[in-house]
Amino acid sequence: MTTIGFCDLSISYDGKKAVDGFNDILFSGEWLCLIGPNGAGKSSVLRAAAGLVPYSGSVAIDQTEIPNTSARWRAQHIAYVPQSPVIPTDMSVYDYVLLGRSPYISYFSTESSHDRDVVGRVLERLDLSRFTDRSLGTLSGGEVQRLVIARALAQEAPVLLLDEPTSALDIGHQQQALELVDGLRREQGFTIISAMHDLTLAGLYADRLVLMHEGHRVAEGTAKQVLKSETLAEFYGVSARVHHEADGTVVVIPQRSSRL
Amino acid sequence: MVVVVIIAGVMIGPAGPEWWRIPLELLDRLPFVSIDSGISKIDWNIVMQIRAPRVVLAALIGSMLSLAGASYQGVFRNPLVDPYLLGVAAGSGLGATLIFALGNASTSTWMINPLPLAAFSGGLIAVFSTYMLGTAFGKNRSSTTLVLAGIAVTSLFTAIQTFVLQRNNDVVRQVYSWILGRLSSATWGDVRLVLPYIVISGGVLLSHRRLLDVMRVGDDEALALGINVRRVRLIVVVAATMGTAAAVAVSGLIGFVGIIVPHTVRLLAGASYRLVLPLSVLLGAVFLVAADIPSRVLSNPAETPIGVITAFFGAPFFLILLRSREASR
Repeated sequence: MTTIGFCDLSISYDGKKAVDGFNDILFSGEWLCLIGPNGAGKSSVLRAAAGLVPYSGSVAIDQTEIPNTSARWRAQHIAYVPQSPVIPTDMSVYDYVLLGRSPYISYFSTESSHDRDVVGRVLERLDLSRFTDRSLGTLSGGEVQRLVIARALAQEAPVLLLDEPTSALDIGHQQQALELVDGLRREQGFTIISAMHDLTLAGLYADRLVLMHEGHRVAEGTAKQVLKSETLAEFYGVSARVHHEADGTVVVIPQRSSRL
Repeated sequence: MVVVVIIAGVMIGPAGPEWWRIPLELLDRLPFVSIDSGISKIDWNIVMQIRAPRVVLAALIGSMLSLAGASYQGVFRNPLVDPYLLGVAAGSGLGATLIFALGNASTSTWMINPLPLAAFSGGLIAVFSTYMLGTAFGKNRSSTTLVLAGIAVTSLFTAIQTFVLQRNNDVVRQVYSWILGRLSSATWGDVRLVLPYIVISGGVLLSHRRLLDVMRVGDDEALALGINVRRVRLIVVVAATMGTAAAVAVSGLIGFVGIIVPHTVRLLAGASYRLVLPLSVLLGAVFLVAADIPSRVLSNPAETPIGVITAFFGAPFFLILLRSREASR
């Protein structure tokens, strides 16, 4: 059971603050979704947690502050799925998922049979076994997305960071990918932070939403609490209706200004 | 294949015994075998003291350049990168030019031949400058800054070299032939000179083959997978540069090997660095030893620069391979 916490996290690029004093603590197994307009700092929070950008303040796993120097320790605890992963088209599916074992392999050695077992199990679980020898270039967008998640699972890290996991997918594959992540969370108790643009989907899957604007947290809570048309108008500059379904689903519908 | 080419390399040459006598002589040297190969002592000396070191040196340098090329392509994630990318060539060129300009007369009395030494240090100085510049200005982790710094340093060193050449017209020819690369003057001394560098550099590079595979997903993702990207890049660049500089120091600039060999391996065996690195070592040795054969017999008794041969035969071969690969898709 693993928690992740942020204490006064600030990130600047070229002296400009992208994230200013971000605080949060997730309970174990929670799914937190960061929402907000482009440039609000959602991705920066995830990239800082993954150790990809320098930051001030601290990120802690189970109350242990992540040492700034050890990429390996961090990768054993936090798996990161980038928004647009680099896909070496001529690499095989198996080898790609095997990369997820990197944090456990010391500098000069190679994968152990345990590493291969883990990869085999992950491929099995994600229904990718039949692709094992295919090269990445021959897969469809939805399959690639599942593969990137597979690599993150092979990391066996208890915290998953998903940066726009569905932005490149059609509605069917969006649902598939999110269902997969949700199922894995229930099965294996992952703690998840995602950044998402689709507010309806964000509200549907996340336990809690945090709305960010210009590097600050401006609202947080359940979908019902955060997704209000005034709030969205203020921070996104969007004119949208918010519709509440009987089962509690919150639907955000953009409005057209004039209709013939 | 390596063995066959090396034996062919030892057998074929403009001077010395007929080629078929050499295997006989080798057999004769085996215990309990006695064949009269008809090779005189002088001829045998030509083989052992002139041809053999040349073949061994060609194999070493071919391996080193291919391995360095493949490694550079890995850490910079750029298939067009060659071992001379970060300024080794320009630096070594300048070092060699200065020695030529000083004149062989003033250096012939020195204890050791200063040419390889000057080329070696010139190469290292150039790459060191590139690295300092690239990391001083490039605050982000991008490798582009490093490559651009390499281009700047190369231009600077080439400019100085051109200036020196302008002032010393008489050595243009020597410098030119050095730049085209040659193995003609190879001795066992040269082999001993480069061997330690190539062995160390080769060992370090080969041990990074798994990490180079991880780096194929880019700096960010490799970092998120727990790889210290900067450290790996620094170590690989230093090792590849050291090996390349040593190779250039004794053989001049032999172009094309560092690009064509790794790519041929990729087309034949796939892109995983676990295969590309060791196979580049083997194929690089074969390629350069083979290329050296026409280089010494083609315009007998003169030598055709080996850089000309590698490009002349390498380029069409590479195109054919590329074409057949595309066709089979």
